[in-house]
Order: sequence, then C-alpha cells, then structure tokens
Amino acid sequence: MNWFEIGTVEDIPARGARCVSTPQGKIGVFRTADNRIFAIDDHCPHKGGPLSQGIVHGASVTCPLHNWVFSLETGEAQGADEGSVRTIPVRVVDGRISIGLEPALMAAE
Amino acid sequence: MTERLVIIGNGMAPGRMLEHLLEIAPNRYQISIFNAEPRVNYDRIMLSPVLSGEKSYEEIVIHGDGWYVANGITLYKGHKVVEIDREAKTVTSEHGAVEPYDKLVIATGSVPFIIPVPGKDLPGVLSYRDLDDVNAMLIAAQSRQKAIVIGGGLLGLEAAAGLKERGMDVTVLHVMPTLMERQLDPAAGYLLQKAIEARGIKVVTRANTKRIVGETRVEGVELDDGTFIPATLVVMAVGIRPNAGLAQQAGLAVNRGIVTDDQMRTSDPDILSLGECAEVGGRVYGLVAPLYQMAKVAAATLAGSDGEQFVHVETPTKLKVTGIDLYSVGDFADGDDREEIVLRDASAGVYKRVILKEDRVIGTVLFGETADGPWFADLQKKQTDISEMRDTLIFGQSFQGGASADPLAAVAALADDAEICGCNGVCKGKIVSTITSKGLTSLDDVRAHTKASASCGTCTGLVEKLMTLTLGDSYNPAAVQPICGCTDLGHDDVRRLIKAKRLKTIPAVMQELEWKTSCGCAKCRPALNYYLVCDWPDEYADDYQSRFINERVHANIQKDGTYSVVPRMWGGMTSSQELRAIADVVDKFQIPAVKVTGGQRIDMLGIRKEDLPAVWADLGKAGFVSGQAYAKGLRTVKTCVGSDWCRFGTQDSTGLGIRIEKFMWGSWTPAKLKLAVSGCPRNCAEATCKDIGVICVDSGFEIHFAGAAGLDIKGTDVLGLVKTEDEALEVIVALTQMYREQARYLERIYKWAKRIGHDEIRRQVLDDVERRKAYFDRFVFSQKFAQVDPWSERVSGKDKHEFRPMANLSFQPAAE
Repeated sequence: MNWFEIGTVEDIPARGARCVSTPQGKIGVFRTADNRIFAIDDHCPHKGGPLSQGIVHGASVTCPLHNWVFSLETGEAQGADEGSVRTIPVRVVDGRISIGLEPALMAAE
Repeated sequence: MTERLVIIGNGMAPGRMLEHLLEIAPNRYQISIFNAEPRVNYDRIMLSPVLSGEKSYEEIVIHGDGWYVANGITLYKGHKVVEIDREAKTVTSEHGAVEPYDKLVIATGSVPFIIPVPGKDLPGVLSYRDLDDVNAMLIAAQSRQKAIVIGGGLLGLEAAAGLKERGMDVTVLHVMPTLMERQLDPAAGYLLQKAIEARGIKVVTRANTKRIVGETRVEGVELDDGTFIPATLVVMAVGIRPNAGLAQQAGLAVNRGIVTDDQMRTSDPDILSLGECAEVGGRVYGLVAPLYQMAKVAAATLAGSDGEQFVHVETPTKLKVTGIDLYSVGDFADGDDREEIVLRDASAGVYKRVILKEDRVIGTVLFGETADGPWFADLQKKQTDISEMRDTLIFGQSFQGGASADPLAAVAALADDAEICGCNGVCKGKIVSTITSKGLTSLDDVRAHTKASASCGTCTGLVEKLMTLTLGDSYNPAAVQPICGCTDLGHDDVRRLIKAKRLKTIPAVMQELEWKTSCGCAKCRPALNYYLVCDWPDEYADDYQSRFINERVHANIQKDGTYSVVPRMWGGMTSSQELRAIADVVDKFQIPAVKVTGGQRIDMLGIRKEDLPAVWADLGKAGFVSGQAYAKGLRTVKTCVGSDWCRFGTQDSTGLGIRIEKFMWGSWTPAKLKLAVSGCPRNCAEATCKDIGVICVDSGFEIHFAGAAGLDIKGTDVLGLVKTEDEALEVIVALTQMYREQARYLERIYKWAKRIGHDEIRRQVLDDVERRKAYFDRFVFSQKFAQVDPWSERVSGKDKHEFRPMANLSFQPAAE
C-alpha cells in the first residue's frame, strides 16, 4: 500500500466532500460534522452518480442522482437499497490527510 | 312566532350550549349574541399553547364566522352589554344596540382578580384571561427582557412557561409555600417547582407582593421583605372571580356568582346563567368540564325539557406545559379517617399518591407519570371497593390482574362507561359506537362528532388508541407525517416552532426540537435550511452543506456527473449580442448540447464542473446572470409578445413579465416557482397551467394561481382581477410570500393552496389590503439579501473548493 498526501482537513468543508483524481478513477474524500475523514470511490454502484457531490449527514452520504445512502465507514448501501462502494484507507497526521492505494492496481495502469 | 333568545357572552360555555340547543330544538329561537371581545368563539383552554407558540389563533377557533351565518345567529362583536331591562325585556350594549328577548342567557364569565397593591394600574401590568392579554404578552416578549408572573397556580405557571419559551427571563412569585397548593399536595408541589426551575424559570415562594414599582411604566416588584425584583412585564394570575356585576345591577340574586337552580335558571325564570359567572349548588366553577355540563343542562332547559339537572362532579386538573405531566383530582388533605398509598421514584421524577377512605379512592395526585389518572378518577367516580387490589393499586391499571403493560390492552380493558375525555365528558362506549355507526376514519372526524379530545387535547392518545382498537390496521394514527426519520414533527410544526422559539441555526433547531440524529439527513437538512432562509433573511447564514448539489454549485447535475447551465433571458426576450455570446461560449468550452427550454431560454448541457466558473465568467461579460434553473426558487416568467406586436394583445405582457422577473429573481421558495404572462385570453404564454399566471384583458389583469403541468396536470384558478400593473405585481408578490412562509418544503403552490383553501388565500392577498402590503414588504426585505447573482460571486472566487479536485494524483507515489 502506498500513501499519498492529498491536502489538509481544512480543505474540506465540515459535512462536505472534495474529490481526488487518481489513475484508478475519482475518489471522494469526506469530512463529517465531528471532523472524521473518510474516502470512498466517487462512483455510486447504482447509476454511477458522483457521491462526493451528495449531502453528508452523520457518517453517511446521500447520492445526488437518486438518493441512495451509503455508510462512509463500510461503503454499504443503507436502507432498502443493496450495493456497496469501495472504501479507501485514510490517515490523518497533524491535520494532513493521506489516502492509501494498492501498488498492484497502480502498476496495472 | 319564534321566540327571541339573547345571549350575553360568547365564551366556550354558551358556544357549547348553542350546539346542544341547535341539535335538540333547531328552529325554536331566533338567536343573538353579544360578545365584549371583537371576535368569534375560541378555545380559551388553548391560550397557553398560543402564548408558547405551539398553536396559532386560527387553530383554536371553535366557531368561525361561517358557523354563525349558517345557523342564522346574529353576533355583535365588540359589544359589551351595559344594561338589562327586565321590565321591557331588552338588553342594551355600550354602542347602543338594543335587542328584545323572550329568554336571556347571562354568560359573562369571570374577571381576573387584581391584587390591590400600589402600581397595579401601571402600563406593563397584565392579566391572563383572553387573546388580547396573550397578544399584549407576545408584544412584550419581543423585548426578551425580564418578566414576573404573580401567582403560582395553573394559569400563572402556564403563562410563565409560555413567556420563557418566547425568550423572556421569567420569575414566578407565589404567596404560598408550594406551587398549585389547591390542586397538589406539598410533595408534588415541590417536584413541580423543580421541574419549572429546570426550565430556567425562577420560583420564589412565600412571596408577598408589597407594591409594583415604576414611574411611567412598570420597572419591577417589591416584596414585603424589601426584596426588589426588576421586570418590564408583570402578569397577574392570582385567580378569577365571577363576573356578576351586570346581573347584580339587574336585580338578580347574586352570591359569589349569579345564583341558579340545578336547571341553570336564575331568580328570574326567563333568565338563565351558565359558565364561570354562575353559582350552582353553592359552588362556582373554573374548569371546562363542569361548564360544558352546565351548557348541556341550559340547552335542555331552553328547549323546554325538564330532565337535565346539574350534578357536581370532581374535575381533574392538568397542567398544559409541554414536558411536565401532572394530574390531580379529588380530596387529598390528610385526615384521621384516611389512608394513603404513595409511590416515589426520585430518579425518574415520579410521584404518585392515592388517598383512600373506607376502601374507596377519594383523591389522586400524580406527577411525572399520569397515564393512570383517568383510571383512578373512574374508581373514585364509581366508588369502587379497592380492598382486593389494594397492594398493587398504586402501580396502576395495567398491573391489575397481571395484564401486560401494553397501553392498547389497557385501553381495551376499560369499561364502556369509562370517561376518556374529561373536558367534554365523553366515555369510551360513546366514542366506539360513534366511530362504528358513522364510519369515522380520522381523528378530526371523531373530534367533530363526539367532541372527545377536542378541547385541551391531553386525551388525544387515548382516543387514537380507541380508533386503532375499533378500526384495526386501517387507522393510521400518524396523521401528521414526520419530515423524516430524524424527527416526529411534521413540517408545519417545525415551521411554527422555528418562528415561535426564534431558532436561527440548524443545530439550534435540532437541539430544541429534539432531533433524533446528530446532524439530520438529506431530507430534513435542505428543508430546515430553506425555512431558516425564509424566516430570518437578514440573520441566517445559508448553510450550503445542507443544500442539494444543484443549489450548492448553481447548475444542474446531469446523469453523467456533468452540469447544465441556463442563463436568465428576462421574459424570454434575447438579442443578437446575447446569442453571439452564447455561441462563443459553446465553441470555446466545446459544450456538446444546446437546447431551447420550455421556459423560453437556452440550456447548455454537458459542461464539466471544473469549467463552470470560466463559463460563467464569459456569460457574465455579456450581461448574463444565473437563470436559477436549478433552484427551489423563482425560475422563469414566460411571456407572449403582447400589445407590442400582437394584433390581439390587450396589454404589454412582455413588459409586465420582465418587470415581475426582475423584481422576484433570486428568491428561494418551497419548491420551484414558474410564472407566465399572456397578453390576451388566447393565452399563448400558457399562463393557466403555471404556479402563478396572468391573463391580460382590456379591463386589467386577471391573476391566476395553483396550476400544474408536471406529475399532475391542473388548470389554474382565478385569484382575482386587478386594474393596474402595480397592483398585479403587488398581489403576485404577496401570494408568493404567503406561499414562502406557509408551505412545506418541496410542496408546489397547487398542493399548498389545496391544503390552505383558495378562499383563504384570496382573502389574505387580494381582499385584505393591509395584509397584502405586509406580505409584500416582507418579500422586499428578503430580496435585499437574496438578489445577488451567484455566478458572478463564484467567478470572483467564492466556494473555489467546489470546482476543483482536492488533488490530482499521478502514477508516482509522493514521498512517504
């Protein structure tokens, strides 16, 4: 696993998200109201909606296209919908955020 | 010839009497009512919820104006009767109206007792009796300064809690050692004081008011012991006394109240009296249940049937302060011939005490947990021998016979003659049989037909359980749909409480209204954000994280995650210069699709999010602003070419449309708002399926509203015809503001209007000119903060983070 520094906690609005472009596609990085940071693929398994554009509530996000709700902690769809989205490891040191990506996948690019 | 019945007083007791009378002897009397207050009959029990903001005046009206008209009753509003001439059989009002009577009913109610201390007449000293008092308190509460309530009884505590809810710093002065000493024993009084103090209200007991201090208006209260407590508002709620002056002046027998026999007849057989002014069997009454019993008896007497007699029954006391449950009934003084059973649970704040005499319940005091109150009261009323269940009596009904604590089972176990609604004396059997025989399915229907839970409402839960038992699963008690899973409150309650409690941030709403989640969800947050933007336009800081993506980035998200951009074209008019600028933008950013919209403007689709600020910058240079095609807000005002070009056009429909759009752009509304102006009834702008439409005619402007052409298709209704463009604009803006203030989030005008009633809307924004102006002014005020072009703000750098990725990672990992 390789760690990539992507910015600071302050770069993301609380109850909000930013996206990060990677060779593996876009990743959504989320900051909750209580300042926890999560990263998931920025791609809803339902119709591909950009999850980083959704409304963040608790440790969940609601997809902007059709209102599916995903847990940021597990990546699982909540409620009646079924599906999941990949979660990406996050490290925060002194307010600086890094995300962990698999080298194998990176090499595949 | 029909007899003439005149009623002095228009409170709840005579109102109820008339309902009975119209039922049993519908055409016997020609009826006139004199009301000293300038309004219809309303539910005085609910004044406290009006004060605290939980209800509005409109919601507590019992008989609206229409009821009087429908029943052929003449109502003199604001007419105080000053004389009864028993010889001539006439009454005279202070405005000189004279009505002759064959039968007269005196229902003058009570007057507040004002303690005779210096300063009692200073401005800022109020009593707590009617809506005028409540309105005066609400005005005083706007200062958010200190208030003193003199009197720690039922009314005083409700007033204190209401003023506290309204943001005042409140102190209660009570002359006795414990609160509500007439209804509660000292232990419950103590718990009540703790609960009141826990709400931030100060309580001073053994407080003897010496004088009210102030030069030109009240400045505070001085007590016997020299203590001075400052205040800008003093509410006296120390008690009431029957208002019997008029009867006394007319020579009727008056003791404490107007003396009547058990058929409510005074010493003059053609004059009856009922309500708080009447004294029957040597007692006067202040709670609603006996007053309603008087109403029934008086109606029977007026109808000429002799059967009904007034019988004294103990009435339970309940306090209408949200979150404080107390219930007391009967006699609870200590005595040698009495026994008591007490249950205390200090940590839960529960206190229960049942007083027994010869194995019969004679009194009950419950604090903190009051569900068994009616059961204890029923045991008392029926004189049930409780020796068999003595050991477990205090644990309540569900404990008896080992029955489950399931509240539904407890209600099912109640006897048919168990009283459910104490205010209106309605028993279980009556409710169940009425539901069945009339096929009732809603709580409102049950209230209308049986009156159960129609007064103070504390038995609503019991009535709903009876409906569930009777109707089975077909009854859905959640008549009010909660906004979402984060709360039990519906949109209307939340909107009202935001105003009443002056909540000005989303966290404040969630805290005060006890949200069940820490930061809401994607359903409630956008709704709350809208309500706060609408209610506090100058103070609330718009929370973009609670807005849907389209409103957050001011463009419309498309299925592939790209965006579409629609600039405003005022009234659908454009020019070569504008079209050229659009063409240049399309080329420069390689925008893949350009489409003409149904709202007479141009949509550019497939723009990458990162490009949005640059696209807007170029459009801005050509004079374009955001068309807000993404907003729950004003979208377009569609027009036809009108009298400028069209041979049929009657007015300048294009000009009016542009004027409306320039006036209203930028405003947020509960759901999207689309307007149109057609220059003649041929209606080329399709104004009659819009949220608001205008059809120009020779004589002026016909204003339409509540159309739909989406999921539902519905033609508009005509709001009315106005003569000038200015007037048309004012009416449209007022209608929009009324909609903004009252509708539920995402509720289009036609749905809201159906709920509120088209006549009511017409009355408020067309007929009532002052109200229309007030709505108009509030809209104009709000626009000062709303009319900022969001595109140029973002071109200047606002919310930069929205439009660029946080990072672009290449193949090479950064240093560890």
